[in-house]
Amino acid sequence: MKTLERKEPKITKKLIKDHGLTDEEYQKIINILGRTPTFTELGIFSVMWSEHCSYKSSRVHLRKFPTKGEVVIQGPGENAGAIDIGDGLAAIFKMESHNHPSFIEPYQGAATGVGGILRDIFTMGARPIALMNSLRFGPLQLQKNRYIFEGVVSGIAGYGNCIGVPTVGGEIYFSECYNMNPLVNVFCLGIAKKDGIFRGNASGVGNSLIYAGSKTGRDGIHGVTMASEEFGESSEEKRPNVQVGDPFTEKLLVEACLDVMKKGLVVGIQDMGGAGLTSSSSEMAGRAGTGVEIDTSLVPTREKGMMPYEIMLSESQERMLLVVEKEKEKEVLNIFKKWDLDAVKIGMVTNDGIFRIKYGKNIVAEIPVKSISDSAPVYERPIARPAIQDDINYLDINEIPVNNDFNTILLKLLSIATIANKAWVYEQYDHMVRTNSVVIPGSDAAVIRVKGTNKGLAITTDCNSRYCYLDPYKGGMIAVAEAARNIVCAGARPLAITDCLNFGNPEKPEIMWQFVESIKGISEACKVLNTPVISGNVSFYNDTKGISIYPTPIIGMVGLLESVEQHITQWFKDEGDAIILLGKNLEEIGGSEYLKVIHNIERGKPPEINLNFELQIQKALLDIHKKGLIKSAHDCSEGGLSATIAECCISNKDKGIGAAIDLSDIIRKDALLFGETQSRIIITVPADRLDIVKDALNNHTIPYNIIGKVGGMRLTINNNNDRLIDLSVEDLNKAWRGAFEANF
Amino acid sequence: MKFGIIVFPGSNCDHDCYHAARHVLNQDAEFIWHKENKLSSFDVIIIPGGFSYGDYLRTGAIAKFSPVMKAVRKFAKDGGLVIGICNGFQILLEAGLLPGAMLRNRTLKFICRDIYVRVESINTPFTNKCGKKVLRIPIAHAEGNYFADPKTLSHLKENQQIIFRYSNESGETTDSANPNGSMENIAGICNENGNVLGMMPHPERCAEAILGNEDGRLIFESIVNSRR
Repeated sequence: MKTLERKEPKITKKLIKDHGLTDEEYQKIINILGRTPTFTELGIFSVMWSEHCSYKSSRVHLRKFPTKGEVVIQGPGENAGAIDIGDGLAAIFKMESHNHPSFIEPYQGAATGVGGILRDIFTMGARPIALMNSLRFGPLQLQKNRYIFEGVVSGIAGYGNCIGVPTVGGEIYFSECYNMNPLVNVFCLGIAKKDGIFRGNASGVGNSLIYAGSKTGRDGIHGVTMASEEFGESSEEKRPNVQVGDPFTEKLLVEACLDVMKKGLVVGIQDMGGAGLTSSSSEMAGRAGTGVEIDTSLVPTREKGMMPYEIMLSESQERMLLVVEKEKEKEVLNIFKKWDLDAVKIGMVTNDGIFRIKYGKNIVAEIPVKSISDSAPVYERPIARPAIQDDINYLDINEIPVNNDFNTILLKLLSIATIANKAWVYEQYDHMVRTNSVVIPGSDAAVIRVKGTNKGLAITTDCNSRYCYLDPYKGGMIAVAEAARNIVCAGARPLAITDCLNFGNPEKPEIMWQFVESIKGISEACKVLNTPVISGNVSFYNDTKGISIYPTPIIGMVGLLESVEQHITQWFKDEGDAIILLGKNLEEIGGSEYLKVIHNIERGKPPEINLNFELQIQKALLDIHKKGLIKSAHDCSEGGLSATIAECCISNKDKGIGAAIDLSDIIRKDALLFGETQSRIIITVPADRLDIVKDALNNHTIPYNIIGKVGGMRLTINNNNDRLIDLSVEDLNKAWRGAFEANF
Repeated sequence: MKFGIIVFPGSNCDHDCYHAARHVLNQDAEFIWHKENKLSSFDVIIIPGGFSYGDYLRTGAIAKFSPVMKAVRKFAKDGGLVIGICNGFQILLEAGLLPGAMLRNRTLKFICRDIYVRVESINTPFTNKCGKKVLRIPIAHAEGNYFADPKTLSHLKENQQIIFRYSNESGETTDSANPNGSMENIAGICNENGNVLGMMPHPERCAEAILGNEDGRLIFESIVNSRR
């Protein structure tokens, strides 16, 4: 019989504190158990009640999200959300953060982020077909930021390319607020048969628990606890807490798991992500209302002498837990064997509602399942509007001088890393494998086809965190509105979102205010735009040395094209096409990239957003698109109208094309060119169909203007006979395409 | 015509090649697990791209020991058509079915984008339909920098075994058109008998109009045409 080789330490005050548990939380544990916890139990409570696993600070607020809708098959609470896309198929998607590990060890942190989100998707029975990522870094002028940026990009490439799931898009912003605290949010989408979706349920008393995949090592123990505290001076000492990814094993795991699921051999399945074996087994039992019994001495380990505590808390990557009926056990084990993967029975489902962990015959933990999941602490943390808010919202536009050299300003804006072309990044990602990529990175949204149907899915991620810093409520709304605008610009109908909410320390009332306001804004926008929240993730404690990041609630949105051939791209197509601006230009420069880059000011109010107006604009676009009239569509965002039009001229990598624009607005010229007023879209239509387009638009009672023509090899922008911009396509291209190459 | 697509642990373009053969070209197609040792029922074998065995150690270095490679060797010796794409090309080099070796790209980075190749010979079973001399095809690799010693290289040239060279759109094999630093812009070569081809670009990724490019289809059509 196996016995423990090492003695478990005594429970002391220091040990409790080291586990990140408060006195009240520890008392709660004693009340639940009716005794002092064992070392293993202390570890289990510590990880399961960590912010990362328990959502204790966010839970009450997340309930405000609209999560229901006619397309929703599975809302929040499972490994990922699922929506109905017709043809008997479901799109399954989710986004997750891997911020803390990526700061400490950029390559592996980002790589394992990709690995983790992939497991969340194939766990549901879906074949992962697309990855995206939303990244935030400090400015590349700092060597440390370049190191993090390059490592993160290589890590995403290293994992995604190897496993053969294309990285089809994403977004990257650079801001000082991410110095020492980068954000790495990874999105994954998979396709499953609607009636073939699997859930993380440990149901069926007597069923076997099968452990499959990599062996368990000592890596990543307390990774979730690390993600639930601020970073200080010594954070880099936590490098051993970061796990190491093995995409090859994960590739085998995908194939083997999809195979056992397809053959109907599985009752329930969940990946071992944050908090490893502990969270996967207890959550599965929690959902099914059962108990589980696990013998940790049966778990395949990488090294000798691992204690149950370590085995239960390890966050080694590429591991899955399956619940299988006894008679199907052998077949399941054989499939894993075919793929050269470890798979062993480590326990069974019980009927007593107890989470029982043994090592051989020794019982090392015995906890009511319900108390781990349902009795986790829930905090309504104090909320306070930051005292600086009024000050940062103050901006007198008359104090901002207008520099009339608009050509130089436009070239400067196109060349900053946030706006510049990201080919240097996405060409390191295999964005074509699986041959579904219809619109590759470089347009407003990625479009992938759904094989076996005529359909396509448009995917985008979005969030302007400066807007959220200046006004988290409006910023949250804009993040959703812009995501939807991107989807519509691809010709698709927005369906649903996932979110990744990145914030500072929730124990600070000002951070909680940002959080709650953002959720309010996101919820309202989701209701009006009819895009329910189907999954998501919260990442708190994005602070280093007491400085928090800007609130960054990233939205990942998915839309549907009934016919994938009907997709739209953002670049201008042919000489003579008419250019139309949907929406109207307002005198807004608060929170703009222009204000930051040219005037070094980050203040003011973010642009206004009227959700109903936004919806009307989007509906109008989709309506005229149905008539087959649109040749290009591009959402107006960072850098304003002039940068948007410049991108229309240069983002087709095969050939640039110019445009002549004439604007009649009477507003400040810098606001006209560079202001970031919302709900604006630049479209082009064939000149000979202009009358039909006008008729169609007039039916929608939205403001629009025919502002120019595509053609030539220069971009000119006039405003009431004043020539503001006159640049060659070549110069625009040069400014826009060189930002990253220059740094590496 | 029956295509066989070999699946190694870590192959990830296997589905794409299957899709191209079965659904785009409407040919018979079947996956072949790497532990198989009989290939007699197939007309052409595709060794697809991906990261066989994680590309640990060296690209293709472990895959060459899989049982199926013995069968591929025999299949090729008997005159069967074998095409290795990307990782498949790397495996064919490691297995000695094609001469030379791959170095890391000169940028030391993975590169995924469309490039152009000039078709150097249309007198092969893989290129006979490539009347269009310059093809646009995507690459996706970190180790595609082809290298051979001078003797091997001159041998390749004498026997007209160089089938594709990286070029610009007009077919000039300039250095700036060379994405990875390959010797003499080599993108694809065949064996002396002309029945085994290795190429770094991915024709299966550009065989349909919906993906914006059908140039890759010419390769598959050539293969089908060769056995008519």
